[in-house]
Amino acid sequence: MSFSWARPYEPKHPLMRWIDERLPLPRVVYGAIGGGYPVPRNLNYWWNFGVLAGIFLTIQIITGIVLAMHYASTAGGAFNSVNQLIMRDVNAGWLLRYAHMNGASFFFIVTYIHIFRGLYYGSYKAPRELVWMLGLVIYLLMMATAFMGYVLPWGQMSYWGAQVITGFFSAFPLVGEPIRIWLLGGYAPDQAALTRFFSLHYLLPFIIAAVVILHIWALHIPGSSNPTGVDVKDEKDTLPFHPFYTAKDGWFAGGVLLVYAIVTYFAPNYLGHPDNYIPANALATPAHIVPEWYFWPFYAILRSFTVDFILEAKLWGVLAMFGSILLLFFLPWLDRSPVRSGAYRPVFKRFFWLLVIDVLILGYVGGAPLNWWRTALGQIAAAYYFLHFLVILPLVSAFETPLPLPRSISESVLHGEEAEAAPVGSSPRGGSTAAAVVQ
Amino acid sequence: MATKAGSAEVPQSADAEGLRRRDYLKVGAVAFAGVGGVVAIAPLLVQMAPSADVLALSTTEVDISKVQPGQGIKVSWRKQPVFVRNLTPKEIAEANAVPMSQLRDPQSLAQRTKPGKQNWLITLGVCTHLGCVPLGIGEGENRGPYGGYFCPCHGSMYDTAARIRQGPAPKNLEVPDYEFTSPTLVTIGAKGK
Repeated sequence: MSFSWARPYEPKHPLMRWIDERLPLPRVVYGAIGGGYPVPRNLNYWWNFGVLAGIFLTIQIITGIVLAMHYASTAGGAFNSVNQLIMRDVNAGWLLRYAHMNGASFFFIVTYIHIFRGLYYGSYKAPRELVWMLGLVIYLLMMATAFMGYVLPWGQMSYWGAQVITGFFSAFPLVGEPIRIWLLGGYAPDQAALTRFFSLHYLLPFIIAAVVILHIWALHIPGSSNPTGVDVKDEKDTLPFHPFYTAKDGWFAGGVLLVYAIVTYFAPNYLGHPDNYIPANALATPAHIVPEWYFWPFYAILRSFTVDFILEAKLWGVLAMFGSILLLFFLPWLDRSPVRSGAYRPVFKRFFWLLVIDVLILGYVGGAPLNWWRTALGQIAAAYYFLHFLVILPLVSAFETPLPLPRSISESVLHGEEAEAAPVGSSPRGGSTAAAVVQ
Repeated sequence: MATKAGSAEVPQSADAEGLRRRDYLKVGAVAFAGVGGVVAIAPLLVQMAPSADVLALSTTEVDISKVQPGQGIKVSWRKQPVFVRNLTPKEIAEANAVPMSQLRDPQSLAQRTKPGKQNWLITLGVCTHLGCVPLGIGEGENRGPYGGYFCPCHGSMYDTAARIRQGPAPKNLEVPDYEFTSPTLVTIGAKGK
């Protein structure tokens, strides 16, 4: 697809040739995830998480379709259809439900690692801006899907989650409250909201799958990026996706699925909230209400606005929370450094890790009960989050002196023992110093 | 790990034919993943079998004290209709008069009822053709030319022992497991005598 030396599809079996002449679907698959897609040979393990996200999307769709065969989307019956019928009566229902619950968490874990890999290695930069933006669209769709899925069991956390999240819209002046009532089909979450959430929760994963196809399509035009950020120059720089990366992705996926299985079997409720095993009660909010862990950083940003300033604090919180994701769409233009990989950007690299710590702090604050010092910590962390993207990144890309880049991917990989063992700065081959220094 | 003698004898440079070490790894890994994948399909399939709450409906108790000769009642067992009919002596005689050779699914009335309770004909109300509920259990319904049941969907006709006599159905109406727990009480679904 992307490079002139990409191996063309040559069907061996007459039946495959017959199909290929009429519907070249096998050709498309071969060019996308087969031997016909040349991939930089130096990808490290951080590049495995895109495939993993695809695997977890598949797991979620399969287990979800099956759970929908037993689920009842009625306000009176939803809780029991999950906790009595599916968890106790349906054959293997407990397994499927726990697999779906924890599958959502693992989908977010691998997606977050995938996103931070993109942040570190500058995968959002030209010519991959659309790959990045389509990825953000997927992420937003995932958040909507996960939220609506969490409402379906109709426990206390489901109910109050629906109440709080739809409450975001009421922050907007004048139109906000009518929009909230329209979204819910009532004044509080009830039958109408539950049924439409179920309908959309079933629909959105297929939309995600469609955007994933666009994401991969856009990726395969320039081809995958790589840890050096240097463009592919010739065939020596690449390996065919199959068998090299199918094998690497395959065994790594096995390992991650093992961890997923361990959590699903031995700690299935570790990532959930016990309150969601209490049926929804419109008259009593749980004492400590927090979203699922994957929303904690955003929840912290939402809660960090405590004082009205021109606009109401409530509106500021909602705007900041949405803004924290929307600003990522502008990342390709906020970071103007021509060097993609963080490995060759000493200053950027330090700020990247600060950002990681900052998001972890936001996550901690978002998930913990509020007190004075956590509120203050959350406010500092939220301010730093915006500072990083809006001020630090543009400044760093303007003033930073990056390390010298390797001349090519193959050179960075094949610099040999000699260069690797040489003291810093005294490499016998000038161009490859950078690779040696960075290690 | 020592593999087959092959790897020791064949020079490294040669693209050795036969089994190489790497083939073991490849076949082993893919086979392991394949078996795992197949096992993972099991819960996706068994979830469609009747769940515990469906199986819990396996017996239904019926009070037959109010059913007079010539009358019948329809009850629900496992969400299926069951016909409980109190046959008149005339209907019993009609059923017993039919020679076995004339029947598509030869069974006597005695085989289809409990000993000494030949007047109590208990069958599923599910036509053995394609599953409709035949007419004839309610007062005034069409019982067909054989005086038993008549299925309105495709015209299967059953006699007074609910045996198929004419029409597309292949079998007699099915007799479920049941037992008399007292002279006036029947438990349908119980595997008794």
